[in-house]
Amino acid sequence: MSLKIVVLAKQVPDTRNVGKDAMTAEGTVNRAALPAIFNPEDLNALEQALRLKDQYPGSTITILTMGPGRAAEVIREGLYRGADNGYLLTDRAFAGADTLATSYALATAIRKIKEFDVIIGGRQAIDGDTAQVGPQVAEKLGLTQITYAEEILNVDKEKGRITVKRHIDGGVETVEGPLPIVITVNGSAAPCRPRNAKLVQKYKRALGAQEKAAITKDGEALPYADLYEKYSYLNIIEWNVADVQGDLAQCGLSGSPTKVKAIQNIVFQAKESKTLSGSDKDVEDLIVELLANHTIG
Amino acid sequence: MNNVFVYCEIEGKTVADVSLELLTKGRKLANQLGCQLEAVVAGSGLDGVEKQVLPYGVDVLHVFDAPGLFPYTSLPHSSVLINLFKEEKPQICLMGATVIGRDLGPRVSSALTSGLTADCTSLEIGSHEDKKAGVTYENLLYQIRPAFGGNIVATIVNPEHRPQMATVREGVMKKEILDVNYQGKVVKHDVAKFVPETDYVVKVIDRHVEKAKHNLKGAPIVVAGGYGMGSKEGFDMLFDLAKELHAEVGASRAAVDAGFADHDRQIGQTGVTVRPKLYIACGISGQIQHIAGMQESGIIISVNNDPNAPINTIADYVINGSVEEVIPKMIKYYKQNSK
Repeated sequence: MSLKIVVLAKQVPDTRNVGKDAMTAEGTVNRAALPAIFNPEDLNALEQALRLKDQYPGSTITILTMGPGRAAEVIREGLYRGADNGYLLTDRAFAGADTLATSYALATAIRKIKEFDVIIGGRQAIDGDTAQVGPQVAEKLGLTQITYAEEILNVDKEKGRITVKRHIDGGVETVEGPLPIVITVNGSAAPCRPRNAKLVQKYKRALGAQEKAAITKDGEALPYADLYEKYSYLNIIEWNVADVQGDLAQCGLSGSPTKVKAIQNIVFQAKESKTLSGSDKDVEDLIVELLANHTIG
Repeated sequence: MNNVFVYCEIEGKTVADVSLELLTKGRKLANQLGCQLEAVVAGSGLDGVEKQVLPYGVDVLHVFDAPGLFPYTSLPHSSVLINLFKEEKPQICLMGATVIGRDLGPRVSSALTSGLTADCTSLEIGSHEDKKAGVTYENLLYQIRPAFGGNIVATIVNPEHRPQMATVREGVMKKEILDVNYQGKVVKHDVAKFVPETDYVVKVIDRHVEKAKHNLKGAPIVVAGGYGMGSKEGFDMLFDLAKELHAEVGASRAAVDAGFADHDRQIGQTGVTVRPKLYIACGISGQIQHIAGMQESGIIISVNNDPNAPINTIADYVINGSVEEVIPKMIKYYKQNSK
């Protein structure tokens, strides 16, 4: 029994490490200064996919991502860890998409991939924290979903059933659902295995068309050009709107029902505050004051 | 038609607190818009559920009562809302930013092609001008939430699509009974007309729900630690202080991510929102997401060796010092002076 698995992955700015240099003089975020990383929970999702592949030899893992040309990095990272291939969905028409337009685009690409038993992604991406894309992709494909998954316990392809342990508010639940299905995985699930050295050797020169174009734009020759003809797996496939037969009205900004009305940069409003030292006297005075006004009892 | 709807989440036979909080908010929005507040409950054995819901000022309660509707699974509850909304055409739909709300909301919004904003920290009514199209929209729902790792606060609107959907975390809004005898209408729907048999495809095999181990949300005093506590052992000091003060221990996301504290103690936009009378922030720098979850605390004390920590700007008392030094002193002088 082998499975066809699609892993949804996103390249995100590392919003957890917004340092001082990541802020401009006007106090806005300088996105370019933030490192682009593999969305953490998508790595947990990849690990669940890799475990299924270990368990059911012959299974294949396809990484699907949407983003600019440099997002091919996410696919390379997936290949280094054991994925079999990947597609980068990339087109200016996809830009400015909210979660609904993103889900529409991903769903069209999954239809083009055609064969799939399990679609797995992280629960949410750290740049938006919305957790909406998984369920919306499921809805667009007419599939059901299991969100907040901790672990895939069992898959029975003959019966077309999958068993998953998931988190719910204040507890855990084990549920059984049909194949094909969309699953979103929590950050508390098993961490992703490291890169495999042999796979890094195999795929380190894998590039997408836009990455190649960026290298050769000043008339420079593409290094190791012959390799890309010899080994087709080194060419990361890019799909644009036309490739997935996307309806422009449902893509990008025009396909997004939500609009950003206003963006406010965070400025903390100072209020009258007392500054104390950590000395014994200051701490004791504060405790006595709080006891006296019954703040603490 | 075109009313404000709140999806009420059910655990067993009890409506979740977050849903009651949203009813209170929904009532205010409905008053502002001059429309009615309607609520939806879906579950099993829901006789009398209106007693929990109507007092919050609900004009119409839609009840969907069938054996397959509890425990929650995605498709049947989605069909309930999708098909009900096609008939009722709500202008606004609110639900909890819980595991259920975050599973259900996106599906419903996708099926209805309506916008959904997750984890809002504030909801307001206002107008919106689309300068390009030369159109002004009146009475839109402003869905306000921190974004981009909390470095900005975004106001989101859905000018064209209905319902305008938003999820809100538990504790962000305040619940308030409007009138214990509020007269609302109860409509019991035939579930089979809304939910096809084929929707019951996911089976819940096993389920454990425990009462929360602590009462962070309702605690009058919260001692919270951040990444500056340095380790899980560093947090032990906070538990000692909390024990003395009869407080609960909370944590920032950075401390939770680092494994210093359990996930259910996280305070902030993606955790619990607290409003204690005293909040002691220890080694917390104060990212906006954290501030969003505690800024309404009565008195805020910040213990930090960085005098420029952002949290200091909203603190009533700033203690410049290391947590290792200051917290034991707080314990010591509390013991000396309280007896």
